[in-house]
Amino acid sequence: MEKTAFKDTATFKIIVLAILSAAVIGGFILGNIIGTMDISVPDIIDTIAGNHTGTNNKVIWNIRLPRMILAGLVGINLALSGSILQGVMKNPLADPSIIGISSGAGLFGIVILVVFPQWQNFVPIAAFGGAMLAAGIIYILAWKGGIDPTRIVLSGVAVSALFGAGISAILVFFSDRVHGALTFMNGSLSSRSWGEVQTILPYTVIGLILALMFADKLNILVLGDDTARGLGLNVELTRLGFTALAALLAASAVSVVGLLGFVGLIVPHSIRLILGNNYRIMFPATALLGAALVMLSDTFARTVLSPTEIPVGIVMAVLGVPFFLYLLRK
Amino acid sequence: MEKIILSVKGLCAGYRNRRILDGIDLDIQRGKVYSIIGPNGCGKTTLIRAMSRNLRPERGEVFLDGSDIFRTNTKLVARKMAVLGQSDSGMSDITVRTLVEYGRYAHKKWWAGSDKEDTRVVDWAIERTGMSQLQNRKINALSGGERQRARIAMAIAQKPEIMLLDEPTTYLDIAHQLEIMELVSTLNREEGITVVMVLHDMNHAVRYSDELVLLDDKKIYTTGRPNELLENRELEKVFGVDAEILTDSEDNSPIFYAKRVRR
Repeated sequence: MEKTAFKDTATFKIIVLAILSAAVIGGFILGNIIGTMDISVPDIIDTIAGNHTGTNNKVIWNIRLPRMILAGLVGINLALSGSILQGVMKNPLADPSIIGISSGAGLFGIVILVVFPQWQNFVPIAAFGGAMLAAGIIYILAWKGGIDPTRIVLSGVAVSALFGAGISAILVFFSDRVHGALTFMNGSLSSRSWGEVQTILPYTVIGLILALMFADKLNILVLGDDTARGLGLNVELTRLGFTALAALLAASAVSVVGLLGFVGLIVPHSIRLILGNNYRIMFPATALLGAALVMLSDTFARTVLSPTEIPVGIVMAVLGVPFFLYLLRK
Repeated sequence: MEKIILSVKGLCAGYRNRRILDGIDLDIQRGKVYSIIGPNGCGKTTLIRAMSRNLRPERGEVFLDGSDIFRTNTKLVARKMAVLGQSDSGMSDITVRTLVEYGRYAHKKWWAGSDKEDTRVVDWAIERTGMSQLQNRKINALSGGERQRARIAMAIAQKPEIMLLDEPTTYLDIAHQLEIMELVSTLNREEGITVVMVLHDMNHAVRYSDELVLLDDKKIYTTGRPNELLENRELEKVFGVDAEILTDSEDNSPIFYAKRVRR
């Protein structure tokens, strides 16, 4: 029997997962210690242990800690959403922000925020509705006896433009109320706190569990519809279920931080290059890298032009656009 | 056990508004090898896609062991019937062994990993198709013939009673074509798997099949044993060629040699 290449051994995969976990912890610590006030690691531990009395403790507890946790959760959701969509839509460019799923969620979310602010609690549900609507429209436009990857992206771009225009229209018609909506457009973690963490956490937990539980179904789906059906997979139900899961993950992220692009593109692809296409390993790895990437990018966005904060969405775009072009040319 | 394993009744199928099959009736007997042949565009692939529940017919039914495959739990169907379509998109960087393990999907509970039985069957499937040496190689690093063998290994890991293959030898050179035909034939003889396949090569169909199903223009033109169809000159009529029936000097099996297009 041929020897397995080191890159394909379980040892290599465990090492990569360990490095990614270290990056998450490192990103988390870094995001808590640096800023306009530098804070030491013991202060962080002290705060997490329950001491919220000192100034440093208050800064950590009220501002940096929830913000870093939120960054991690958003990163997990968007990265998982992207890796799921790439599988079910058979397209390497399928990222919730590129194909309009996030804009769908964003439009519905903004309508609630701006037009019906009294129903603010329903933002995640509305955003999920918008994301599913966008996914539905993409499938309807792209379906022609099967899914064609090129048609998926083209119809996705169209859907994205349509919902983007809707968002702009809302911002114009309700210009007196759009306070805060601008950072929503770019995706920002600025002044987010425990409330947002509570909003997104259940979706992250449920999404992660479902994704890990059903990873093999997605592995089989990417073999192609006919092959998957031949193996005994309920292709329609699997595709619908995973699309809904991806929409839910993206929508919950959009509800708390606005339109944050490219995470779902960069992360799954980097993981694919390193670990291959098996979703059983891809899901945990993309979740870790997504969390680390958004935490580090947000810390960078917050500190690079201190005291001015730039939205993390701009950092992601600076990283993501060249990556997108690279994939297009590959 | 019923003699008929797969039965097609009054099948009409097509894509969008274009009807490709019109009233197909076909009974597949257990343990035999069937080849579906016919000119381009006569509906061979459509028929095999409908028989494998990949295309919902406009009218008519397909029964596997007496139960309608479109109304039976797809996992239960997969425990009896394996399907190899033409395309093999997407399966790039997984190993042969991983691909073959997917063949066990229909036999697993969704929460369970591989048990001893699964491992045993996967080992058997890999060994049976001669892929033992290559089982840790990535699919995209295989040659066309090896890839086809890997896919057949995946199919037999389902432990099917019947296997449907759509042009299993396309894109392969002549040695690999024969290798695949021999493998399919061996699996039929030694494992008792019923085989239905779409073939392009007339001589492969004649040599390796018990029954030929000759399709022409949306309908079954005729069915029968290869020798009968050759004697009655049916192949020549349907394909519109003049041909000579030669004889293999070694085993006296007939060779269909098409000489010119009929005008």
